[in-house]
Amino acid sequence: MRTDWTIYVTFLGAGLIMLLPRNAKNLIRWVALLTGVIGLGIGLQNYIAYNGWVDANQPLKDGFWHLANVAWIPSLGVHYHLAVDGLNFPLVLLNGIVCVTGILFSWNIEERVKEFFAFFLTLIAGVYGVFMAMDLFLLFVFYELAIVPKYFIIAIWGSTRKEYGAMKLVLYSFIGSAAVFIGILAAFFAGGGQTFDILELARHPIAGQIQVWVFPLIFVGFAVLAGMWPFHTWAPTGHVAAPTAASMLLAGVVMKLGSYGCLRAAMLVFPSGLAHWQWWIAWLGVIGILYGAAVALVQKDFKFIIGYSSVSHMGFVLLGLATLNRDGMSGAILQMFSHGIVASLLFAVVGRMVYDRTHTRQLDELGGLAKTLPFACVTFVIGGAASMGMPGFSGFVAEVQVLIGAFKMSPWLAVAAALSIAVTAAYILNAIHKVFFGKDDEHHGTAEVHALPPITVPEIVAAVMLMAALVIIGLFPSVMLDMIQANVDIFLKGMP
Amino acid sequence: MSGAYAQIFRALSSEISLAVVAMGVLTLDLVVGRKRDLGARRQLVGAVTLIGLALAAVPLVWQVGLTNVPLMGETLAVNPLTVIFKFVLIVLTALTVLISVDHDIGTHVGEYFAMLLFGAIGMLLLVGSEELLTIFVALELTSISLFVLTAFHKNSLRSQEAALKYFLFGAISSAFLLFGLSYIYGLTGATHLRDIGTALAGKGTNPLLAVGLLCVLVGLGFKVAMVPFHLWAPDAYEGAPTPVTAFIATGSKVASFFVLVKVLMIGFAGAAGSAYWGAFSSGWAMVLGITAAASMLLGNCAAIVQTNVKRLLAYSSIAHAGYILIGLVAATSTGATAVLFYVIVYALTNLGAFGVVAALSARAGGGDLEHFNGMAKRAPFLSLLMLVFILSLAGVPPLGGFFGKFYLFAAAVERDAQNFGLLWLVVLGILMSAVSLYYYLILLKHFYVMPAKDETRIATPGHVNMALAICAVGVIILGVFPEPIVALLKTLVIGL
Repeated sequence: MRTDWTIYVTFLGAGLIMLLPRNAKNLIRWVALLTGVIGLGIGLQNYIAYNGWVDANQPLKDGFWHLANVAWIPSLGVHYHLAVDGLNFPLVLLNGIVCVTGILFSWNIEERVKEFFAFFLTLIAGVYGVFMAMDLFLLFVFYELAIVPKYFIIAIWGSTRKEYGAMKLVLYSFIGSAAVFIGILAAFFAGGGQTFDILELARHPIAGQIQVWVFPLIFVGFAVLAGMWPFHTWAPTGHVAAPTAASMLLAGVVMKLGSYGCLRAAMLVFPSGLAHWQWWIAWLGVIGILYGAAVALVQKDFKFIIGYSSVSHMGFVLLGLATLNRDGMSGAILQMFSHGIVASLLFAVVGRMVYDRTHTRQLDELGGLAKTLPFACVTFVIGGAASMGMPGFSGFVAEVQVLIGAFKMSPWLAVAAALSIAVTAAYILNAIHKVFFGKDDEHHGTAEVHALPPITVPEIVAAVMLMAALVIIGLFPSVMLDMIQANVDIFLKGMP
Repeated sequence: MSGAYAQIFRALSSEISLAVVAMGVLTLDLVVGRKRDLGARRQLVGAVTLIGLALAAVPLVWQVGLTNVPLMGETLAVNPLTVIFKFVLIVLTALTVLISVDHDIGTHVGEYFAMLLFGAIGMLLLVGSEELLTIFVALELTSISLFVLTAFHKNSLRSQEAALKYFLFGAISSAFLLFGLSYIYGLTGATHLRDIGTALAGKGTNPLLAVGLLCVLVGLGFKVAMVPFHLWAPDAYEGAPTPVTAFIATGSKVASFFVLVKVLMIGFAGAAGSAYWGAFSSGWAMVLGITAAASMLLGNCAAIVQTNVKRLLAYSSIAHAGYILIGLVAATSTGATAVLFYVIVYALTNLGAFGVVAALSARAGGGDLEHFNGMAKRAPFLSLLMLVFILSLAGVPPLGGFFGKFYLFAAAVERDAQNFGLLWLVVLGILMSAVSLYYYLILLKHFYVMPAKDETRIATPGHVNMALAICAVGVIILGVFPEPIVALLKTLVIGL
């Protein structure tokens, strides 16, 4: 099946779940899982095919596989245009992985199961749509479609100030999308009012002066969702308030919606605007990297640490994109994939494995979990190692590339960004030490801690999937990097 | 003479048959209805009214083929556009009837449905007439029927207060309108819109015209509830029986906006002026530009603090009047098309939203936000429909409200696309949409997130569910496949 079927299958799954009786909880879970697995299967099968095609056709002239391109609203020049290339295929795959593992980590949700999975799959389908849309209008439609379910997922099933976190997140995204909306309208009419097609618009760039103010509208509008400093404040509160699966989605996929939007809708369409603002983006990225890492270092809440570390890691994506060279940009896209997996894994450990069992996330109250939850400990250590950028995991490949790219742009950028690696190691090791190896007798009766329910099979399956992805990309980066680099080359050739 | 009568009959066959049905309904209730209990009476009379409305729609089918036939010396027009809008109004009336059957409207059942029909006749006439006096008479017919309907809760002080307020404001605005029309007549010697348009062409504005035009805008501005002529709306919406509120907010708005477009675009095309940023020039576009901005600001900000759902929706409809006016400010055929499209979407959406409120508030014990807590469990189907309606009002794709707003804003940017003269209105509108999402989500939070005190299921009658489901399907279809309607409206508008 073509890759765009991921969207339709996921929507169908959501619709099917709406029709099931609300008490058939297990049936609903299995339907959701099956939907997710089919989506991932379609994505993976096509990914392998595309990868083979890229290898066979080096050097690539045109990296696109067009999936659908029909006129949708001809009077406004809107097309239903979906396509995949090396820049979005890793993200489609990421979405499939996070969807399946998110469902597995949500297996223990007992309250309003039907609505949960219906909202969840709608969100996933919207994200698939954003990643494949090649028409600004269509991209915007899918993007907005993905915003609303987040509110309900967090406000209904979340914890810790959930209504505040949910509303903040949705309003931030909506205000960001308002900026995008204005930018899209301006770009459309400045380009002659003929088409919203991204590739057409990129082929005939609009006048330079307009690009200079339209580009930041669209870029910043999307970057809000990517957690760009100083618009990142929704991210930690949103992540903390969200239920486990939603934290995984937020950090794993939704933040990538933002950075992908920056790449596809802003950078590709407005090259001279990009040239004008390149240094601003790079430095804001670096500030985000350092700020996120520094704040994570002083957090007392386990989930806030991961929340701020997401801000830090997404800074690498923005920095990499802004370098506008082969290493930096490829690293940025690989980092989107890698961080999606790492963040999902870490949030799963914090939210599902630890918090659901101990009902606390305070570092001071946790301790000694290595004995009681050895699997959680191993998982977190592996996820943490990938997050620190240990060789052998995907995070290393991605961040080293970004740093090389940044060094070519300016050594100062690379030096500043590299500082964060030490800080990251500090807060991850601190968390591992306190949560898993610290003494537990001071705060907990030993009996109470030992009574924790064991890790369930769905959790193990999902965690192993995520760790496998980290290691495979870490050891054999070429399975992803080849297609990214081939398409980055095409992208860079298009730049003036 | 017989030819003239035949003409009248042809142009007014729908209106005439509705008048006959109204009389018939009154008699039927008097003769047969009094013996039955109230519920059965409402069902009987309501069913006959529905049949009558269906019959009244039949003559429209004959008129489909007619293109721009001026009748009675250009007093009444029959063209595909009027056919479409008469059909829309009949559908809206029928849906209102379906909601009303379920609602406690006191003992004057026959009078209630007859008044609805008289109101509908006035609206149909408004759509068809192209002459100032006929417009005025039709407007009065509509208004007076609505005043009476607003007061139908005879034992409720609020209903009486609302009706009195509505009536007093309405009477004064009618006086303004008539006064303005007299100036226009004095200036041009014509009462037919097209003659006025010819007489004013190329003359620019003069003080007499300015006074006349301003008075006309006051009169019509009251009808569409734009700031600063909106003060009646929240009270009337809250006090009136909810099905009547739905009718005021939808049917009357559709007809009034249609007339506003017609009067301004045909009669006063030469006196538009402009509302370009920094280049205001006097004319109706400038006045409407300012009132549009004021309506969006006041409507959205005031809606945030409301605790009563009907009042909240009343302020939201003031805000929506602001969005719609943006299309008029553009003063192009695209702008007019966008206005007409949005009005249809808006009517379906609001009818649905008020319909849900009508069906649930009587059974939940009140119309305040807290009465709707936990509705997602108590009435899942209607809550799902409410989700669709509210998200459409908020402008979330892929619902009709999103495309409607997009098209309105696009029309405004398209006008003066070189200098982006109207971009300020669009920016304001988009920012205000973000504000509106806040209170719409609060409303949905009560439906979906807050727990209910009393979790008993609420059963609603099948015909109400059906009527509301029709609205929801309409909203979704208009959002996903807007092209046919937009293209049709656009060719028809250009044809005028």
